[in-house]
Amino acid sequence: MNEVLFRVNGLSKTFGGLQAVRNVGFEVREGQIKALIGPNGAGKTTIFNLLTGVLAADSGSAEFEGRELIGLPTHRIAALGIGRTFQTSLLFDQMTVLENVMVGHHLRGRATMLTAALRILGAGREENEYRRTAMETLDRAGLADLAGRSAAELPIGQRRMVEVARALAAEPRLLMMDEPAAGLNMRETEQMAETIQQIRDSGVTVLIVEHDMSLVMSISDEILVLDQGQRLAEGPPSEIRNDRRVLSAYLGEEADGC
Amino acid sequence: MAARERPHTDEAIVPNEAERHAARRRAEKLQIVAFFGIMALVPFGIGNDYYLHILIYIGLHLILATGLNLLMGYAGQVSLGHAAFYGIGAYASGILTATYGWNPWLAMLAALLLTCVVAWLVGKPTLRLRGHYLAMATLGVGIIVAVVIRQWTDLTGGSAGLTGIPSMTFFGHELTSDQDLQYYYFVWAWAAALTVLFANLVASRPGRALRALHDSELAAQVLGVDTAGFKVRAFVISAAYASIAGTLYAHSSMRFLSPTPFGFHTSIALLVMVVLGGQGTLWGPVLGAFTITLIEETLRPYADYDIIVYGLLLMVLMIVMPGGVSRALGSLIDLVRGWVPALRGGDEP
Ligand SMILES: Nc1ncnc2c1ncn2[C@@H]1O[C@H](COP(=O)(O)OP(=O)(O)OP(=O)(O)O)[C@@H](O)[C@H]1O
Ligand SMILES: [Mg+2]
Repeated sequence: MNEVLFRVNGLSKTFGGLQAVRNVGFEVREGQIKALIGPNGAGKTTIFNLLTGVLAADSGSAEFEGRELIGLPTHRIAALGIGRTFQTSLLFDQMTVLENVMVGHHLRGRATMLTAALRILGAGREENEYRRTAMETLDRAGLADLAGRSAAELPIGQRRMVEVARALAAEPRLLMMDEPAAGLNMRETEQMAETIQQIRDSGVTVLIVEHDMSLVMSISDEILVLDQGQRLAEGPPSEIRNDRRVLSAYLGEEADGC
Repeated sequence: MAARERPHTDEAIVPNEAERHAARRRAEKLQIVAFFGIMALVPFGIGNDYYLHILIYIGLHLILATGLNLLMGYAGQVSLGHAAFYGIGAYASGILTATYGWNPWLAMLAALLLTCVVAWLVGKPTLRLRGHYLAMATLGVGIIVAVVIRQWTDLTGGSAGLTGIPSMTFFGHELTSDQDLQYYYFVWAWAAALTVLFANLVASRPGRALRALHDSELAAQVLGVDTAGFKVRAFVISAAYASIAGTLYAHSSMRFLSPTPFGFHTSIALLVMVVLGGQGTLWGPVLGAFTITLIEETLRPYADYDIIVYGLLLMVLMIVMPGGVSRALGSLIDLVRGWVPALRGGDEP
């Protein structure tokens, strides 16, 4: 088995009277696709928000490559090598697709306001280089044709693919994806599944939240099931599929398939 | 990722978007050279000192509006007291040179540093919060600076004004008051340099980070953008632009400072310049600087009422063309471009 890349312990979060996340702990091993599933309101997105510093945790710890994330601001967590996509994809709508991906290069760039304004210390070269590598990133994702389009005018399927390409441009070690297949049709979902596997194969560990059970079952190495903020079950897809507690938590939910 | 082997027959014909992106940057540089080139020739076309005088003000306003544009159009924040930084630049320069006999360039640098420190102290705590706290804070700064200028008469001369400001020097050469033409070139050289710096900045990593956080702070943060830090830096730079304009004002032909140009009235005028031309564009604030300065001059006999005109302008603009004139023009051009081939197509059998 590979080494543990990410270790979460005793994570909790309360909103007013509602305990959205209760003492949740899990591990993600390097090179895995790990899925976080559970009915609506189970606390999946909240966990992502806690782990990326978007929300402050009440308690708990999250160690990424031995470093504590809880308490760090979001951009610092990103700098440690954690990427994220959102349940409703958040593109920069005032920019083109190419520029979106160029922002994805932010962490790898060095130009400051001063060096950029004066075009010194390689700031101009860096700009040209990122323009080119962003184009290559899009090309590799099969999105080169969209490069000049305004992000705002893309349909949801393409928005999701662009968001993933943008996150990958930062070269994360771990990519957290919140419902990457939501709103996608069957063909697009298949393409997304293929993309996620390719991301994993390229050496990026994936933590995914997803409602589409057939997608989750087919690509995950391990699944953590949450219900009402609590850990309900954890194991490989073959075990989870037959777990009675999971089935009852999902009763009526899974009937429609996604 | 997926689909490397997608059908791609038109790859050779369709220019790469990366190339087009770079070409747009080159075109922008050309526009800058052309515009400031024309501005360098303008004095030869006008023999009138009054017009030259107004053009110097337009140059100052261009610097102010461009700086404010970085804050409003890119960082998505509003300053309601930008005239305060203009005033700090002007008075710090004026006092250090007139009262303490400093070299104007040294005074300029000190004024710049002072402005940056004040802006940082205002921006640091307010820009960490989400929302428009900066607008409130700058409104306060605007009021405080205006009061200090008026009341601390020992230092600033109060309403009577600050006199005895020496000329700017340039490599030992004095840019004296009877030579508006020299000062015109001096101010417009600054305007050109600061425009180039601005254009470089916004078309780069930090500039894109600003535009990104303006769109979605959350998405920018998960890509590693220190949104609070970038907003503070953008604010400090926009204040620095105002400070430089202030210094240039202090040494302009009158070489006299009074509190009037540094009040709320000017803060609003600057806001209108940026919004009128189109925030977030390179040429919008330039257009705004020309338009508002000319309106200001025209309405000079009714000086107390021009704030009403700005208020009305602001309202109408927000309703009719929220993107500003330059964007409205841009979409008009796009529209015409779309029409021309359509019309041409219609002519053919
Ligand atoms: N910022 C917030 N303030 C208050 N309540 C919140 C907040 N975010 C989430 N909640 C609540 O916490 C609970 C868990 O929400 P969360 O979004 O984490 O669920 P989820 O598992 O992602 O659900 P879904 O599958 O619908 O996306 C819900 O009851 C939700 O209403
Ligand atoms: Mg969710």
